[in-house]
Amino acid sequence: MRPAQVHDRRRRGAMPRWASVALMLLAALALAALMLYRMLAGSAPPEGIPEATRNGLVFQVGHVFALGQLSDFLWYALAALTVGSAAGVAFSRNIIYSAFSLLGTFLGVAAMYVYLAAPFLAITQVLIYIGGVLVLILFAVMLTSHIRDVKISNASLGVGPGVVGLAACAVLLGYVGASTPWEALGKPQMMDQAQALGDGFLSTYLLPFEIASVVLLATLIGAVVIARRDDPATGKEG
Amino acid sequence: MLAVGLPHFLVVGALLFAFGAYCVTTRKNAVGILMGVELILNAANVNFVAFGHYAWGGIHGQAFALFVIVLAAAEAAVGLAIILTLYHHFKSIDVTRAERLRD
Repeated sequence: MRPAQVHDRRRRGAMPRWASVALMLLAALALAALMLYRMLAGSAPPEGIPEATRNGLVFQVGHVFALGQLSDFLWYALAALTVGSAAGVAFSRNIIYSAFSLLGTFLGVAAMYVYLAAPFLAITQVLIYIGGVLVLILFAVMLTSHIRDVKISNASLGVGPGVVGLAACAVLLGYVGASTPWEALGKPQMMDQAQALGDGFLSTYLLPFEIASVVLLATLIGAVVIARRDDPATGKEG
Repeated sequence: MLAVGLPHFLVVGALLFAFGAYCVTTRKNAVGILMGVELILNAANVNFVAFGHYAWGGIHGQAFALFVIVLAAAEAAVGLAIILTLYHHFKSIDVTRAERLRD
Protein backbone atom coordinates (compact mmCIF):
# COMPACT_ATOMS: atom_id res chain seq x y z
CA MET A 1 0.00 0.00 0.00
CA ARG A 2 1.32 3.43 -0.88
CA PRO A 3 1.84 5.92 1.96
CA ALA A 4 -0.51 8.34 0.27
CA GLN A 5 -3.32 5.83 0.55
CA VAL A 6 -2.67 5.27 4.25
CA HIS A 7 -2.74 8.99 4.82
CA ASP A 8 -5.93 9.24 2.81
CA ARG A 9 -7.64 6.59 4.89
CA ARG A 10 -6.62 8.22 8.18
CA ARG A 11 -7.84 11.59 7.02
CA ARG A 12 -11.32 10.44 6.23
CA GLY A 13 -12.04 10.02 9.90
CA ALA A 14 -15.09 7.77 9.52
CA MET A 15 -15.32 4.37 11.17
CA PRO A 16 -12.02 2.58 10.50
CA ARG A 17 -11.94 -0.75 8.76
CA TRP A 18 -10.62 -2.61 11.81
CA ALA A 19 -13.87 -1.81 13.58
CA SER A 20 -16.00 -3.70 11.10
CA VAL A 21 -13.51 -6.57 11.09
CA ALA A 22 -13.59 -6.61 14.89
CA LEU A 23 -17.39 -6.64 14.82
CA MET A 24 -17.43 -9.70 12.58
CA LEU A 25 -14.75 -11.42 14.67
CA LEU A 26 -16.83 -10.75 17.78
CA ALA A 27 -19.86 -12.34 16.15
CA ALA A 28 -17.81 -15.39 15.14
CA LEU A 29 -16.36 -15.65 18.67
CA ALA A 30 -19.79 -15.47 20.26
CA LEU A 31 -20.96 -18.15 17.88
CA ALA A 32 -18.01 -20.41 18.74
CA ALA A 33 -18.60 -19.94 22.48
CA LEU A 34 -22.26 -20.76 22.01
CA MET A 35 -21.44 -23.95 20.12
CA LEU A 36 -18.87 -24.97 22.74
CA TYR A 37 -21.37 -24.41 25.54
CA ARG A 38 -23.92 -26.35 23.62
CA MET A 39 -21.55 -29.26 23.15
CA LEU A 40 -20.45 -29.34 26.78
CA ALA A 41 -23.87 -28.86 28.33
CA GLY A 42 -25.82 -30.91 25.84
CA SER A 43 -29.28 -32.05 26.80
CA ALA A 44 -30.55 -35.21 28.44
CA PRO A 45 -30.17 -38.28 26.21
CA PRO A 46 -33.49 -39.45 24.83
CA GLU A 47 -35.47 -42.07 26.73
CA GLY A 48 -36.10 -45.58 25.63
CA ILE A 49 -32.50 -46.45 24.84
CA PRO A 50 -30.67 -49.16 26.82
CA GLU A 51 -28.37 -47.92 29.58
CA ALA A 52 -25.28 -49.58 28.14
CA THR A 53 -25.79 -47.95 24.77
CA ARG A 54 -26.45 -44.54 26.34
CA ASN A 55 -23.15 -44.65 28.20
CA GLY A 56 -21.13 -45.71 25.17
CA LEU A 57 -18.73 -43.18 23.69
CA VAL A 58 -20.08 -43.49 20.18
CA PHE A 59 -23.59 -42.77 21.35
CA GLN A 60 -22.46 -39.85 23.48
CA VAL A 61 -20.60 -38.22 20.61
CA GLY A 62 -23.42 -39.07 18.27
CA HIS A 63 -25.86 -37.54 20.71
CA VAL A 64 -23.88 -34.32 21.03
CA PHE A 65 -23.91 -34.03 17.26
CA ALA A 66 -27.44 -35.28 16.94
CA LEU A 67 -29.18 -34.15 13.80
CA GLY A 68 -31.42 -31.63 15.53
CA GLN A 69 -28.52 -29.99 17.31
CA LEU A 70 -26.41 -30.00 14.19
CA SER A 71 -29.15 -28.12 12.39
CA ASP A 72 -29.19 -25.66 15.30
CA PHE A 73 -25.43 -25.12 15.00
CA LEU A 74 -25.89 -24.56 11.31
CA TRP A 75 -28.65 -22.08 12.05
CA TYR A 76 -26.37 -20.07 14.33
CA ALA A 77 -23.67 -20.07 11.64
CA LEU A 78 -26.18 -18.88 9.02
CA ALA A 79 -27.55 -16.24 11.37
CA ALA A 80 -23.98 -15.03 11.94
CA LEU A 81 -23.50 -14.88 8.15
CA THR A 82 -26.72 -12.92 7.72
CA VAL A 83 -26.09 -10.42 10.50
CA GLY A 84 -22.36 -10.12 9.80
CA SER A 85 -23.03 -9.38 6.13
CA ALA A 86 -25.64 -6.83 7.13
CA ALA A 87 -22.97 -5.19 9.31
CA GLY A 88 -20.70 -5.23 6.27
CA VAL A 89 -23.37 -3.48 4.22
CA ALA A 90 -23.81 -0.87 6.92
CA PHE A 91 -20.16 -0.19 7.75
CA SER A 92 -18.16 -0.82 4.59
CA ARG A 93 -16.71 2.30 3.08
CA ASN A 94 -16.49 0.87 -0.42
CA ILE A 95 -19.87 0.68 -2.14
CA ILE A 96 -18.82 -2.46 -4.05
CA TYR A 97 -17.94 -4.25 -0.80
CA SER A 98 -21.35 -3.20 0.50
CA ALA A 99 -23.03 -4.68 -2.57
CA PHE A 100 -21.24 -7.99 -2.18
CA SER A 101 -22.00 -8.07 1.55
CA LEU A 102 -25.63 -7.70 0.54
CA LEU A 103 -25.19 -10.97 -1.36
CA GLY A 104 -24.31 -12.70 1.94
CA THR A 105 -27.35 -11.19 3.65
CA PHE A 106 -29.72 -12.30 0.90
CA LEU A 107 -28.28 -15.83 0.94
CA GLY A 108 -28.55 -15.97 4.73
CA VAL A 109 -32.17 -14.82 4.64
CA ALA A 110 -32.90 -17.49 2.01
CA ALA A 111 -31.43 -20.03 4.43
CA MET A 112 -33.68 -18.63 7.18
CA TYR A 113 -36.65 -19.31 4.90
CA VAL A 114 -35.50 -22.91 4.47
CA TYR A 115 -35.38 -23.23 8.25
CA LEU A 116 -38.89 -21.83 8.42
CA ALA A 117 -40.14 -24.58 6.08
CA ALA A 118 -40.65 -22.14 3.19
CA PRO A 119 -38.57 -23.59 0.35
CA PHE A 120 -40.57 -21.84 -2.37
CA LEU A 121 -39.87 -18.49 -0.74
CA ALA A 122 -36.18 -19.36 -0.42
CA ILE A 123 -35.92 -20.05 -4.14
CA THR A 124 -37.86 -16.86 -4.91
CA GLN A 125 -35.47 -14.94 -2.67
CA VAL A 126 -32.45 -16.27 -4.57
CA LEU A 127 -34.04 -15.67 -7.97
CA ILE A 128 -35.42 -12.18 -7.38
CA TYR A 129 -33.11 -10.64 -4.80
CA ILE A 130 -29.80 -12.09 -5.89
CA GLY A 131 -30.60 -12.55 -9.57
CA GLY A 132 -32.53 -9.33 -9.96
CA VAL A 133 -32.18 -6.69 -7.26
CA LEU A 134 -28.51 -7.27 -6.52
CA VAL A 135 -27.59 -7.24 -10.21
CA LEU A 136 -29.57 -4.01 -10.64
CA ILE A 137 -27.71 -2.48 -7.67
CA LEU A 138 -24.35 -3.54 -9.10
CA PHE A 139 -25.38 -2.02 -12.44
CA ALA A 140 -26.18 1.24 -10.71
CA VAL A 141 -22.87 1.19 -8.85
CA MET A 142 -20.88 0.55 -12.01
CA LEU A 143 -22.81 3.13 -14.03
CA THR A 144 -22.55 5.93 -11.50
CA SER A 145 -19.07 5.65 -9.95
CA HIS A 146 -15.80 6.83 -11.33
CA ILE A 147 -13.23 4.09 -10.97
CA ARG A 148 -10.82 6.39 -9.22
CA ASP A 149 -13.11 7.35 -6.36
CA VAL A 150 -14.58 3.93 -5.75
CA LYS A 151 -12.52 3.57 -2.58
CA ILE A 152 -14.36 6.38 -0.84
CA SER A 153 -17.61 5.81 -2.66
CA ASN A 154 -19.71 5.09 0.38
CA ALA A 155 -19.15 8.00 2.72
CA SER A 156 -21.32 8.34 5.78
CA LEU A 157 -22.79 11.24 7.63
CA GLY A 158 -23.43 11.45 11.37
CA VAL A 159 -21.84 8.12 12.23
CA GLY A 160 -21.89 8.71 16.01
CA PRO A 161 -25.64 9.30 16.41
CA GLY A 162 -26.19 6.59 13.80
CA VAL A 163 -24.33 3.98 15.85
CA VAL A 164 -26.22 5.02 19.00
CA GLY A 165 -29.52 4.69 17.14
CA LEU A 166 -28.42 1.35 15.69
CA ALA A 167 -27.55 -0.03 19.14
CA ALA A 168 -30.75 1.28 20.72
CA CYS A 169 -32.90 -0.08 17.90
CA ALA A 170 -31.21 -3.50 17.93
CA VAL A 171 -31.36 -3.85 21.73
CA LEU A 172 -34.98 -2.70 22.01
CA LEU A 173 -36.36 -4.76 19.13
CA GLY A 174 -34.25 -7.79 20.02
CA TYR A 175 -35.38 -7.60 23.66
CA VAL A 176 -39.03 -7.31 22.68
CA GLY A 177 -38.72 -10.19 20.24
CA ALA A 178 -36.88 -12.44 22.66
CA SER A 179 -38.75 -11.73 25.89
CA THR A 180 -42.37 -11.56 24.79
CA PRO A 181 -44.17 -14.86 25.49
CA TRP A 182 -45.54 -15.28 21.98
CA GLU A 183 -48.62 -17.40 21.67
CA ALA A 184 -47.32 -20.24 19.58
CA LEU A 185 -48.93 -23.12 17.76
CA GLY A 186 -48.28 -26.44 19.46
CA LYS A 187 -46.33 -27.78 16.55
CA PRO A 188 -45.14 -25.86 13.49
CA GLN A 189 -46.99 -26.98 10.40
CA MET A 190 -45.36 -28.61 7.42
CA MET A 191 -47.25 -28.76 4.16
CA ASP A 192 -47.01 -28.79 0.41
CA GLN A 193 -45.81 -25.23 -0.01
CA ALA A 194 -45.96 -24.56 -3.72
CA GLN A 195 -49.42 -26.03 -4.18
CA ALA A 196 -50.84 -24.24 -1.15
CA LEU A 197 -49.34 -20.94 -2.30
CA GLY A 198 -50.67 -21.39 -5.81
CA ASP A 199 -54.15 -22.16 -4.50
CA GLY A 200 -53.94 -19.17 -2.18
CA PHE A 201 -52.89 -16.78 -4.91
CA LEU A 202 -55.78 -17.83 -7.12
CA SER A 203 -58.40 -17.76 -4.36
CA THR A 204 -57.78 -15.84 -1.12
CA TYR A 205 -55.16 -13.50 -2.52
CA LEU A 206 -56.55 -13.09 -6.03
CA LEU A 207 -57.16 -9.33 -5.79
CA PRO A 208 -53.74 -8.47 -4.28
CA PHE A 209 -52.15 -10.77 -6.87
CA GLU A 210 -53.79 -8.89 -9.76
CA ILE A 211 -52.92 -5.53 -8.19
CA ALA A 212 -49.33 -6.66 -7.83
CA SER A 213 -49.17 -7.49 -11.52
CA VAL A 214 -50.56 -4.05 -12.41
CA VAL A 215 -47.98 -2.48 -10.07
CA LEU A 216 -45.22 -4.39 -11.83
CA LEU A 217 -46.43 -3.19 -15.24
CA ALA A 218 -46.60 0.40 -14.00
CA THR A 219 -43.12 0.04 -12.52
CA LEU A 220 -41.73 -1.26 -15.78
CA ILE A 221 -43.14 1.66 -17.74
CA GLY A 222 -42.30 4.17 -15.04
CA ALA A 223 -38.68 3.06 -14.76
CA VAL A 224 -38.21 3.37 -18.52
CA VAL A 225 -39.83 6.81 -18.59
CA ILE A 226 -37.75 8.07 -15.67
CA ALA A 227 -34.43 6.70 -16.89
CA ARG A 228 -34.63 7.69 -20.55
CA ARG A 229 -32.54 10.63 -21.52
CA ASP A 230 -34.66 12.24 -24.20
CA ASP A 231 -37.06 14.82 -22.92
CA PRO A 232 -40.37 13.88 -24.60
CA ALA A 233 -41.73 17.44 -24.29
CA THR A 234 -38.98 19.22 -26.17
CA GLY A 235 -37.61 16.28 -28.10
CA LYS A 236 -34.03 17.19 -27.32
CA GLU A 237 -31.56 15.34 -25.16
CA GLY A 238 -32.16 16.38 -21.55
CA MET B 1 -33.54 -22.26 25.33
CA LEU B 2 -30.85 -22.56 22.73
CA ALA B 3 -32.93 -24.68 20.40
CA VAL B 4 -33.94 -22.46 17.51
CA GLY B 5 -37.42 -21.04 17.84
CA LEU B 6 -39.48 -17.99 17.06
CA PRO B 7 -37.45 -15.52 19.22
CA HIS B 8 -34.24 -16.40 17.38
CA PHE B 9 -35.73 -15.38 14.05
CA LEU B 10 -37.18 -12.24 15.59
CA VAL B 11 -33.73 -11.27 16.90
CA VAL B 12 -32.20 -11.79 13.45
CA GLY B 13 -34.97 -9.67 11.97
CA ALA B 14 -34.38 -6.95 14.58
CA LEU B 15 -30.64 -6.84 13.83
CA LEU B 16 -31.25 -6.71 10.07
CA PHE B 17 -33.70 -3.86 10.59
CA ALA B 18 -31.26 -1.97 12.82
CA PHE B 19 -28.45 -2.23 10.27
CA GLY B 20 -30.83 -1.23 7.49
CA ALA B 21 -32.05 1.80 9.43
CA TYR B 22 -28.42 2.77 10.12
CA CYS B 23 -27.68 2.51 6.40
CA VAL B 24 -30.67 4.63 5.42
CA THR B 25 -29.95 7.34 7.97
CA THR B 26 -26.20 7.73 7.56
CA ARG B 27 -25.34 6.99 3.93
CA LYS B 28 -24.60 9.82 1.55
CA ASN B 29 -24.58 7.52 -1.46
CA ALA B 30 -28.06 6.98 -2.92
CA VAL B 31 -27.27 3.36 -3.79
CA GLY B 32 -26.20 2.79 -0.17
CA ILE B 33 -29.57 4.12 1.00
CA LEU B 34 -31.31 1.73 -1.38
CA MET B 35 -29.30 -1.16 0.09
CA GLY B 36 -30.50 -0.13 3.55
CA VAL B 37 -34.10 -0.23 2.35
CA GLU B 38 -33.53 -3.74 1.01
CA LEU B 39 -32.17 -4.81 4.41
CA ILE B 40 -35.25 -3.41 6.16
CA LEU B 41 -37.59 -5.22 3.74
CA ASN B 42 -35.71 -8.48 4.31
CA ALA B 43 -36.04 -8.02 8.07
CA ALA B 44 -39.80 -7.56 7.70
CA ASN B 45 -39.95 -10.66 5.52
CA VAL B 46 -38.11 -12.79 8.06
CA ASN B 47 -40.59 -11.70 10.70
CA PHE B 48 -43.60 -12.39 8.47
CA VAL B 49 -42.45 -15.91 7.63
CA ALA B 50 -41.35 -16.67 11.20
CA PHE B 51 -44.70 -15.64 12.65
CA GLY B 52 -46.48 -17.49 9.86
CA HIS B 53 -44.54 -20.65 10.63
CA TYR B 54 -44.57 -20.61 14.42
CA ALA B 55 -47.63 -18.64 15.47
CA TRP B 56 -50.27 -18.43 12.76
CA GLY B 57 -49.90 -21.45 10.51
CA GLY B 58 -50.91 -21.76 6.89
CA ILE B 59 -49.43 -19.85 3.99
CA HIS B 60 -50.45 -16.35 5.03
CA GLY B 61 -47.04 -15.24 6.26
CA GLN B 62 -45.39 -16.56 3.13
CA ALA B 63 -47.98 -14.90 0.87
CA PHE B 64 -47.29 -11.54 2.52
CA ALA B 65 -43.56 -12.11 2.15
CA LEU B 66 -44.01 -12.85 -1.56
CA PHE B 67 -45.90 -9.58 -2.05
CA VAL B 68 -43.15 -7.77 -0.19
CA ILE B 69 -40.57 -9.34 -2.51
CA VAL B 70 -42.55 -8.23 -5.57
CA LEU B 71 -42.82 -4.68 -4.28
CA ALA B 72 -39.13 -4.66 -3.32
CA ALA B 73 -38.22 -5.58 -6.88
CA ALA B 74 -40.45 -2.79 -8.19
CA GLU B 75 -38.95 -0.35 -5.69
CA ALA B 76 -35.42 -1.30 -6.71
CA ALA B 77 -36.19 -0.79 -10.42
CA VAL B 78 -37.78 2.64 -9.92
CA GLY B 79 -35.18 3.66 -7.34
CA LEU B 80 -32.31 2.83 -9.64
CA ALA B 81 -33.94 4.66 -12.53
CA ILE B 82 -34.22 7.72 -10.26
CA ILE B 83 -30.58 7.31 -9.22
CA LEU B 84 -29.45 7.18 -12.85
CA THR B 85 -31.41 10.37 -13.58
CA LEU B 86 -29.90 11.96 -10.48
CA TYR B 87 -26.43 11.06 -11.71
CA HIS B 88 -27.25 12.45 -15.12
CA HIS B 89 -28.31 15.78 -13.65
CA PHE B 90 -25.77 16.27 -10.89
CA LYS B 91 -22.86 14.08 -12.09
CA SER B 92 -22.91 12.50 -8.63
CA ILE B 93 -25.20 10.30 -6.56
CA ASP B 94 -24.28 12.00 -3.29
CA VAL B 95 -27.73 12.85 -1.92
CA THR B 96 -26.33 15.79 0.05
CA ARG B 97 -25.36 17.42 -3.21
CA ALA B 98 -28.72 17.02 -4.92
CA GLU B 99 -30.40 20.14 -3.67
CA ARG B 100 -32.73 21.33 -6.39
CA LEU B 101 -35.78 19.62 -7.79
CA ARG B 102 -36.38 21.61 -10.97
CA ASP B 103 -34.25 21.47 -14.09
